[in-house]
Formats: sequence, structure tokens, C-alpha cells
Amino acid sequence: MKKINLPLTRDIIKTLKVGEEVLLTGPVLTARDAAHKRLVNTLESKGKIPVSIKGETIYYTGPTPARPGEIIGSCGPTTSFRMDPFSLVLLKNGLLGMIGKGERSYEVTSMIKRFGAVYFVTIGGAGAYLSQKIKGNTVLAYKDLGTEAIHRLIIEDFPAIVSIK
Amino acid sequence: MRTINSKLITDTVRALCIKANIELRKDVLLALRRARKKETNSKARRILDIIIQNALIAKEKRLPICQDTGMVVSYLKIGQDIKIKGDIRKAILEGIANAYRDGYFRKSIVQDPLIRKNTNTNLPPVIYTKIVPGNKMDIRVIVKGFGSENSSRTKMFRPTDPSSLIEDFVVRVVRESGSKSCPPLYIGIGIGGTLDKAVSLSKEAILRPVGNYNKAPHIARLEKRLFKKVNNLKIGPMGMGGKTTALGVSVLTYPTHIAGLPVAVNISCHATRDAGKVV
Ligand code: SF4
Repeated sequence: MKKINLPLTRDIIKTLKVGEEVLLTGPVLTARDAAHKRLVNTLESKGKIPVSIKGETIYYTGPTPARPGEIIGSCGPTTSFRMDPFSLVLLKNGLLGMIGKGERSYEVTSMIKRFGAVYFVTIGGAGAYLSQKIKGNTVLAYKDLGTEAIHRLIIEDFPAIVSIK
Repeated sequence: MRTINSKLITDTVRALCIKANIELRKDVLLALRRARKKETNSKARRILDIIIQNALIAKEKRLPICQDTGMVVSYLKIGQDIKIKGDIRKAILEGIANAYRDGYFRKSIVQDPLIRKNTNTNLPPVIYTKIVPGNKMDIRVIVKGFGSENSSRTKMFRPTDPSSLIEDFVVRVVRESGSKSCPPLYIGIGIGGTLDKAVSLSKEAILRPVGNYNKAPHIARLEKRLFKKVNNLKIGPMGMGGKTTALGVSVLTYPTHIAGLPVAVNISCHATRDAGKVV
């Protein structure tokens, strides 16, 4: 299986084929509904967001809390289409990769292609399995959102399938 | 009269919520293994392997099967010869809160559906009660994730509509749910009653072990037809193709009005989770 090192670059994305299974290694950000709404509201009102999105890959997930001594709890993907209303703004701000589950809207699909970005799906409901592929976890921003806070995860050989590029 | 202390209810609900979240239902695991054997699409097989492995890791490491540890729906069948000492609703709520705290589960419930502030306890649940003969209490909890709940639908048909229209509707609901409800699915269907009755039947339907059929032969035939039709959609595990779109279809019916034919489809994912106990 093809191994991809993160952060992504447009050159890496060019080598990917839709339907291809890959293993991702490197840093990703997490964000789901509430964090997306806050990021985009801030960007649209010309505010400063607490993390840089440029060149990043966002994993749509809201993990369970880590047990003491563990890195993270169960951590599988959430349904991506709920982020569709926010993705265009993030793509415009340099977002390159997204990891989630399920189809995207027609509009977001064409924007991902236009911006030379990529959307991966991973295995929904396999949160226990996927948590074993996560080697680092720190909260970067929006701590008050709890599970919906923005985390920096370090993933290793994380299975994903190229869905849109 | 038998007296049950509310503490017993709290402890039982706590244990059931933990079990449901960590141990995949045996019938579901078996259905996944059966599907894996029959599946010919290689990508689908690899995904099924991961899903099966996920269940094993969850049980071994006491990790939730899925990070969406759901909204709790609890079903209580209360024997009419029981006297409960203490507040039964409070007892259930405490059991759930304890489980979600002690199990390190995600708290996914917001207090107000429009203001959307997290309650941080995963409370409240949805509670259904039934009074039954006897002096026992049957407690069951479903842990329902919302990736699949969001794809569930209901429709009021004409009483004269043929079964084929209902089948088309179910197939459309499954097609539209695509891969976002984490297929392979377990599809619960409620037919009859009132709008709300059909919906609650559709949820109860997923309590039936996968692979068992309705006792009424014409409903069992409907289940088999639907199973075939949804698998012909070739959505497959996580939408990657293959013949495993559903693990099963379970239909429950109820008498209804001469003017109506309510149908509800409750989509449940491969992480179909519940646990029960009689006390
Ligand atoms: S649909 Fe089911 S398996 Fe998928 S993320 Fe939601 S609860 Fe988990």
C-alpha cells in the first residue's frame, strides 16, 4: 500500500489516484461541526484564527476522552457532508487535505478539484482500530468545545482511501 | 409485590451502557464475519477485516467500538408486581452518567437543540417504558450514533399503495444514506400504527438479532426481498463497492388506521450497539 507523508503538498496530491488505498503518516488537525463554524465565522468577519490552516489536513473527528496514560480514546471519522458549508472558506485559506467519511456535495467536490486539494475517506465506526494509529495528541485551540476542540494529532500508517482529488 | 431498589437500576444501567459501547453484539459480529466470507470485492474485504479487528481491539482494550458513543435510548419493561424504591428516572440517568464518566465515553448530548450547549454527562436519554405482567424488570439500552440516525426517514403511504412502493422507498433511503451511515447497515423498519408508533417500531426492530426473521411469513418475505434489493445497490462497506451494503433487514408491524400506512426506516450502522438484562 502506498505510504504518504504529511504535511501534503500539491505535488504529492498529483500522484494520488481516486480509489487508491493509502497509509498516512504525519500531523493532522481535528475539527468537526462546532470548530468549523467558529473558524469560518472568524475568517469571514476578518478575525484571526488560532491555528494556521495553510497546507494542513483536517481530520473530521470527535474522539472519546483518553484514559489516564493513553494518547487518545476511540477516534474514527465523522460524516463529512456536515462540514460542506464551511469547506470552501477553508480551501481558500490553503487547506489541502480532509479526512472523513461519506460523500461531499457537488459544490465541494468541484472546489476540492479546483484547489488541487484532496479528500480521503477512512473507516467509519472503526474508532478503536484507528486510535492505535495515533501517536500524538495535543489540544491546539477551542478547548471549551471539549471533544470538538481543535487537536493536533500525529498519525502513523493511518489507512485512508483517496475519494476526491 | 417485589421491591427493587433504585440503586440496582443505576448499577445495571451503568454496566449495560459500558457493555454496549465496548462489546459488539455477538450476532452483529457473526454477521460481519459471514459477510466477509461471502464478499468478493477485495477493497470491501479489507474494510470488513478492519471492522472485525476493530471489535476485537475494542473489547480487549476496553475502548469504545466507535467514538460516537451515541444517545442512549432505554427500554424498560416493568413487571406490574414490582414496587420501586426511589426515583426510577433519576436512577437511570445516574447509571448513564456514571457509565459515560467511568468508561471514558464521549458526551454527545446538547441541552437545547437550538442553543446546543453540551450537557457534559451524555444526559438525558430517551426512555420508553412498558408495563408487563410479572415481578421482573427488563432493562435494555441502545447506544445510537447519529451518522446513521441522520439518514433515517419516515413516510406516510396511502392505504392502497402496494408493497412495491414501500420497498422503493426503503431502497431510496439506503441509497441516499450512501456511505455516511457506515455501511454495512442493519436496517430497522416499522410499518403501521401512528407516525410515532412506526418510528419507535423501526428502532425496536434493530434489537432483533441479525439473521432472524419476522414470524409472519409475508413480512419475512418482505425482509428477504429488501435485503436483496439494498445489497444490489452495491454501496458496500464504507461505500467502496461490493455486495455487503446491509447485514440485515428487520421489520416490525402494528395494526393501523383504515386511512393510513405509516412507514419508518431506522438506519443503524455496523456498530449496532445495545445490551440488556432482566433484574
Ligand atoms: S454511523 Fe455508527 S459506526 Fe458510523 S460513526 Fe456513527 S455511530 Fe459510529
